[in-house]
Amino acid sequence: MIQISHLSKTYKTGDVETKALDNVSFHVKKGEFVAIMGPSGSGKSTLMHMIGALDTPTSGQYLLDGENVSSLKDDQLAEIRNRKIGFVFQAFNLLPRRTALQNVMLPMVYAGIPVEERMEKAKKYLEMVGLGNRLNHTSSQLSGGQMQRVAVARALVMNPSIILADEPTGNIASIQAEEIMDIFKKLNKDGHTIVMITHEPDIAKNAKRIIHILDGKIIKES
Amino acid sequence: MEYKEIIIEAIGTLTINKLRTGLAALGIVIGIGSVIALISLGQATQTSVQNQIQSLGSNLLTIQPGSQNTGAVRGAAGSNTSLTLDDANSIRTSSQINTVLTVSPELARRAQITTGRNNTNVQIIGATSYYPQVHKFEIASGSFISQRDVDSISKVAVVGPQVVSDLFGIDSNPIGQTIRISSQTFTIIGVTVSKGGTGFQNQDDLVWVPLTTAQKELFGVDYLSSIALEAKSPEVMVDAQNQVGYLLLAKHKLTDPALSDFSIFSQQDILNTVSSTTGAFTALLSGIAAISLLVGGIGIMNIMLVTVTERTREIGLRKALGATKSIIITQFLIESIILTFFGGVIGMIIGVSISYVVSSLTGFPFIFSISAIILAIGVSAGIGIIFGWYPARKASNLQPIEALRYE
Repeated sequence: MIQISHLSKTYKTGDVETKALDNVSFHVKKGEFVAIMGPSGSGKSTLMHMIGALDTPTSGQYLLDGENVSSLKDDQLAEIRNRKIGFVFQAFNLLPRRTALQNVMLPMVYAGIPVEERMEKAKKYLEMVGLGNRLNHTSSQLSGGQMQRVAVARALVMNPSIILADEPTGNIASIQAEEIMDIFKKLNKDGHTIVMITHEPDIAKNAKRIIHILDGKIIKES
Repeated sequence: MEYKEIIIEAIGTLTINKLRTGLAALGIVIGIGSVIALISLGQATQTSVQNQIQSLGSNLLTIQPGSQNTGAVRGAAGSNTSLTLDDANSIRTSSQINTVLTVSPELARRAQITTGRNNTNVQIIGATSYYPQVHKFEIASGSFISQRDVDSISKVAVVGPQVVSDLFGIDSNPIGQTIRISSQTFTIIGVTVSKGGTGFQNQDDLVWVPLTTAQKELFGVDYLSSIALEAKSPEVMVDAQNQVGYLLLAKHKLTDPALSDFSIFSQQDILNTVSSTTGAFTALLSGIAAISLLVGGIGIMNIMLVTVTERTREIGLRKALGATKSIIITQFLIESIILTFFGGVIGMIIGVSISYVVSSLTGFPFIFSISAIILAIGVSAGIGIIFGWYPARKASNLQPIEALRYE
């Protein structure tokens, strides 16, 4: 599903070159639940941007479902993000002053799905994450955990190849963090592929495989 | 993604912060409002002035003596004494002239007129019986000056309604009463119907006396200040102008038209001059209003730029969820176009209301100018595109990771 080989990313600030990723190679198979772990500055966020088709590598190759993402143009990347990747961000990133339903429908708006179908699917996924009674609440009326569950529903609604979560529990209380992890484990059991980035070992251990990263290199897998 | 969807998204965003949306649109409201109001009022003034000039008489040609040249000194136009009653009579009787209906020789001067108690300073016109027809004057009571009055140099006067109310009071009957013009007593024989003229030439504040009386008794001259002609139809105005011109050139023994001691101009000439003057004023005022429109446009750009910065995270999220560059550009452009379009429509309503109110207060005709409205709406939408373009492009060029990271 994800095939990353010899991927490098170099940032240039003035004359100083920073190697955020240095010759990283790994695979994620369909149905896996992988955690990428490392301290801040280790390059795990850069790696997440690569996997999420939010950024392109300096060198190396990234195949997603056999498609060479590293060579795509902006608009093609947008389509890949829309159809193949479901994002869950640390800061939830819901549209402010919009309802849970409107937020979950947003990716389907860009996919050009008709309104009735959007409504129906958004409702279904919000019910699935246990927010069937919060459809018309705006984000300011929801708790951190509830907002993250809306974000999970939004990530699922396009039925993506992978769910890409960046510190999904970083901004929420630990009890609610467990609820989110339970949802992730259930999704994984149902066959969803999940890649999760975290620096917390407690959260990482929910995954079936952990990739440790430091200074832009994979140091060990467990 | 369909445009309908983008429009719905844009309206959704605009209604979230109503105060800011309103303030952003205010610049356009004021700009469009003042442009519409000024254009409509300018056109109203122009129409009003044109109506007034046309009321002076249709198919009217006026001959005035040219300026007097004594050596190197050039006098004012009309100061020459070259036009005489003889000229007027030969125009009337000439067999070469077949386009002129009526000829009215005139001598106009300002003078002080008095009754027992009141006095006023008005234009005195020495006229013949042809005057009312050429200038479209009607007599309200009594009669106008007759040929017999002219022949007998009688001291009779016809007065305008303004003169009556100034000297005798409103609704009084002045027929048979006397007035003194330059210490000579005149008997009033008629009052004209009001022409309602205001402003630059009041057609109701005039006194007419027989031409011969004006020349010999009042002012002691033997020339005319002008000859008014009525052409047979609007189509023959130019022919009439030429025929009369050649006749007078021959009569004054002039060979070069450039040296002519008179000038002939038509009502149309005056109309054109006045129209171009009021047109220039309208253009000037509209130009000033257009500056406020420009400022309004810059206001929109400013707000949109602030919006882009403020919504950096939202833009990043939209891109992460699959929005392409063109969708983001379109969304922001449509937002600014909606902003300016509605600003334009509201401004248009305000502008039309202002010109309606001013028209009903001043008595100018109310003009609902479709072209000004189409222009205003087009311009405001155009401003939306022009001033929305840069912020929209800025938004679409944001990298999703930069945008998501933005705090």
